[in-house]
Amino acid sequence: MEHMQQPEAVDITAPKVKAENCSVFYNGKQALFDVNLDINSGEVTALIGPSGCGKSTFLRSINRMNDNIDHCTFEGSIKIDGLDIYDADVDVVHLRARVGMVFQKPNPFPKSVYDNVAYGPSIHGLATSKSEMDGIVEDSLKRAGLWKEVSDRLELPGTGLSGGQQQRLCIARAIAVQPEVILMDEPCSALDPIATARIEELIDELRENFTIVIVTHSMQQAARVSQRTAFFHLGNVIEVGETNQIFTNPVDEKTQGYITGRFG
Amino acid sequence: MSTNHIVSSFDDDLKKLDNFIAQMGGLAEAQLADAIDALIKRDVEKAQKVIERDRLIDDLELQLDEFATSMIALRQPVATDLRAVIAALKTSSVIERIGDYAKNIAKRTIPLSQTPVVGPINSVVRMAGLVQSMIKNVLDAYVSRDGDKANDVLNSDEEVDALYTSLFRELLTYMMEDPRVITSATHVLFVAKNIERIGDHATNIAGNVHFMVYGHPPEGRRPKGDASPYTILAPTTEEA
Repeated sequence: MEHMQQPEAVDITAPKVKAENCSVFYNGKQALFDVNLDINSGEVTALIGPSGCGKSTFLRSINRMNDNIDHCTFEGSIKIDGLDIYDADVDVVHLRARVGMVFQKPNPFPKSVYDNVAYGPSIHGLATSKSEMDGIVEDSLKRAGLWKEVSDRLELPGTGLSGGQQQRLCIARAIAVQPEVILMDEPCSALDPIATARIEELIDELRENFTIVIVTHSMQQAARVSQRTAFFHLGNVIEVGETNQIFTNPVDEKTQGYITGRFG
Repeated sequence: MSTNHIVSSFDDDLKKLDNFIAQMGGLAEAQLADAIDALIKRDVEKAQKVIERDRLIDDLELQLDEFATSMIALRQPVATDLRAVIAALKTSSVIERIGDYAKNIAKRTIPLSQTPVVGPINSVVRMAGLVQSMIKNVLDAYVSRDGDKANDVLNSDEEVDALYTSLFRELLTYMMEDPRVITSATHVLFVAKNIERIGDHATNIAGNVHFMVYGHPPEGRRPKGDASPYTILAPTTEEA
């Protein structure tokens, strides 16, 4: 009998994503300095900080989006469930299925609502039949809180939806490939307060099943949706802590200054 | 906080909150001083003025409440700013209570001015002096965000409590000796109790300052010197 390799037991108390000594350089200019950050599953981690502080750079490192940028180099390690995503043998396409992303501006494909959601599962071969695909699409749209609004117009173009609906469509698209981690880069900055509230409610529901990292310029949003907050400044992580602590009693003067609006 | 907000009107608002507290606190301090002065001098007119002036503190509290509420709604303060707003709200209601106690002392001055002097009025004056300096110190600590000074106030209440306990015992003995002084002694007892409560409220403000500066309430239990709740005085001589 052939020796079967036992899957490694997953330590549920270990962080889902562990970033160690991460540095990122654009054209040799350092944008991120030795960042260490643990991201736990079952909670939303918010990355806050002034523009150019490195929070989006760090976010994009978690699914190697920076690989697509010329002259961008990464040093350090980011481990998901203990495995380094920067290892040479990591399949980046597969990685990005595990680590989904939602962007600032809703960017649905110029295709039908159905195809927007079905595209990912089909290229990753997650469905073997039309009915199975229908099930994935329906389930994803339901989890994104969009099903009721679009169930009767799945064949219409996704770009015809409202901004908030488009963003929820993008979230449905991201979760259709069953990712473990969802990265959100300012997911609500192009949305009105009602659509924003819907997305925030959705983020709170999704955190049960997904590890969520959100970059936001709205401090109030970070306070509302996240359980942990990391404050970035000039490419360094200045302070990480429970969101409640960061917003009521931050330890670092810089964090204090930023969240209270004393420097920008 | 040494640095200023990018939105400078936010700093103006926070400054205004402090000014409210300083103004209310100053008034309450003066009310207590005047109430005690009226008590010593048996000055009914002055006592009346204290009673009337209490309204000023009440009005300021309402204004502060409204201002702080709008600050929360419009500025959405966090961290030290949030703590400053919360501390101001809590402190204003404490100062309002201090004002009420001073007013009550003034009220009791009116019947007391018509009855013979009961023994330990000097102890009452001493207690009042201590409590006045507590109020002054805690207001200084508040405006200068001085956590150490607030902690000193927290610890100084013990002395007031001890004075109150001995006064309580003393007044009971007077009443046992001569039932005719019961009316005035009871009024004096309430005056002393009011002053003792003002001391407690000064420590409450000190707790708010501590919270504002350090982000958490004061640790541990502060020393208590008030043993009067457990005091029993039995007559020393058996009456026939």
